Amino acid sequence: MTAAGAAPEAALAFEGVRLTYRTEAGVLPAIAEVSLSVARGSFVSILGPSGCGKSTLLKMAAGLLPASAGRVRLAGQVVTGPRRDVGMVFQQPTLLPWRSVLDNVLVPARAQGLDMRRARDRARELIALVGLAGFEGAYPHELSGGMQQRAGLARAFVHEPEVLLMDEPFAALDALNRERMALELLEFWARSQRTVLFVTHGIQEAVFLSDRVVVLSNRPARIVEDIAIELPRPRGLDTMLLPAFTALCDRLRRRLFAAAGAEERA
Amino acid sequence: MRRLIDAAYPLSTLLVLLAVWEGSVRLLDVPNYILPSLAQVGEALWRGYVEGEYWRHLAFTLTAMLWGYAVGSGLALLLGALVAEVRLVERFIFAFVVGLQSVPKVALAPLIIVWFGFGIESKVVLVALICFFPTFINVIAGFRAVDPGVVDMMRAFGASRLRILWEVKIPGAAGPIIAGLQVGIVLGLIGAVVGEFIASTRGLGHLIQNAATNLDLGAVFGAIVSLAAIGIIGTQLLRALHRRVVFWERGGRGGAASVVSEG
Repeated sequence: MTAAGAAPEAALAFEGVRLTYRTEAGVLPAIAEVSLSVARGSFVSILGPSGCGKSTLLKMAAGLLPASAGRVRLAGQVVTGPRRDVGMVFQQPTLLPWRSVLDNVLVPARAQGLDMRRARDRARELIALVGLAGFEGAYPHELSGGMQQRAGLARAFVHEPEVLLMDEPFAALDALNRERMALELLEFWARSQRTVLFVTHGIQEAVFLSDRVVVLSNRPARIVEDIAIELPRPRGLDTMLLPAFTALCDRLRRRLFAAAGAEERA
Repeated sequence: MRRLIDAAYPLSTLLVLLAVWEGSVRLLDVPNYILPSLAQVGEALWRGYVEGEYWRHLAFTLTAMLWGYAVGSGLALLLGALVAEVRLVERFIFAFVVGLQSVPKVALAPLIIVWFGFGIESKVVLVALICFFPTFINVIAGFRAVDPGVVDMMRAFGASRLRILWEVKIPGAAGPIIAGLQVGIVLGLIGAVVGEFIASTRGLGHLIQNAATNLDLGAVFGAIVSLAAIGIIGTQLLRALHRRVVFWERGGRGGAASVVSEG
């Protein structure tokens, strides 16, 4: 089922993960069963209808939520709580309004007790890399939504994590900013060669960015499609004009429609 | 300059009100045991503060007020944080706190006088009791209103609970907490005066009661003006604190843009 990477080498692996919530109305299965192995250095997207549990999977990988059954492994070790080798980018910028951009980017370094002098240098580099040079001392309310999201991106890298978990990081941006950020993210990723697990409901975004796209069904989530995206890299705006790009998008769109529709009829 | 102009509006309202007061006293020939003239109030204030009779009363009320406020607010911060953060504490005491909140605290004043005596102690206790609740409730509300997404973010990056408390919850709740402190200062003043009404030989509340018994309404208003000054200064200090601490909450007051006419 996995397109790349044998299990022991996987940077991140979901092994028979299930999740069931207990509510007042009874038990609510959120994730039926997901097994997925993400190869080191690869960019994998999870695509699925809204509310299917994509973000929940990321929360489990981040150690914020325990699984009802199965386990998540990071670099071979079972995840039992938040870990230092993971960086996360959220749908909302989630910056601390009372901290400057620099201090916000330094949040993981402070939380993990890293050498602050080195971390500060690195944070400055990252801030410049995401295009916020000159805004180190600015406060979040002085930035646009896109700039805030860039700061959130820089923050995820400051402690040099092996694995990046990205939860619809561009969802709150307008269409133009979204594409620009996607391009920048690719450049960023190519340079760092980290493993990325990217959650989105944008089909084009998923195809454009990823080595591999996994499609989840409606609740309770299971994997209904897992395809390798073998478009040449580096990718740019021209990539979206390739017939192969369009074909992949079309295939995923049909799969997604089928997954969403099946649930509605049921 | 802008602030001066802004202040001119309420000041003119005040002047009009004072003029109506003075005018009606003179024109309608109101006896001074019903409503004193401004001159009599001024005279009382002069006697009080220049000749020095009021100072000890002011000092008494202020001392009771500040001690009570410090104790009440301090406990409110501590207990509020505990209730908001520790589920077990919440389960044990939250219901009582909500119940107590609906009891008018001044009703306890005679009891507190019995327990703590006629001196300043009973006033301190009463002020503390009264100004405890608004801050306490706001600490809890403030902690609960903190964006869970931000807490998740901190956890994901490995922050400890203590760090999240210190770096996220306390600054995040600062706005509501200061708002609670602001209400507390006004309520605390009520507590101090009520305590002095009931049993005291000093304080502005005692002064009011004494003067009213003697139908010396100039002195009554003199004391009321002094109390108002304490309340206004306290509230303004906290508003300034709010602006300074919660600098990221823009908009609202004075933040609206106006259209520039280029005609």
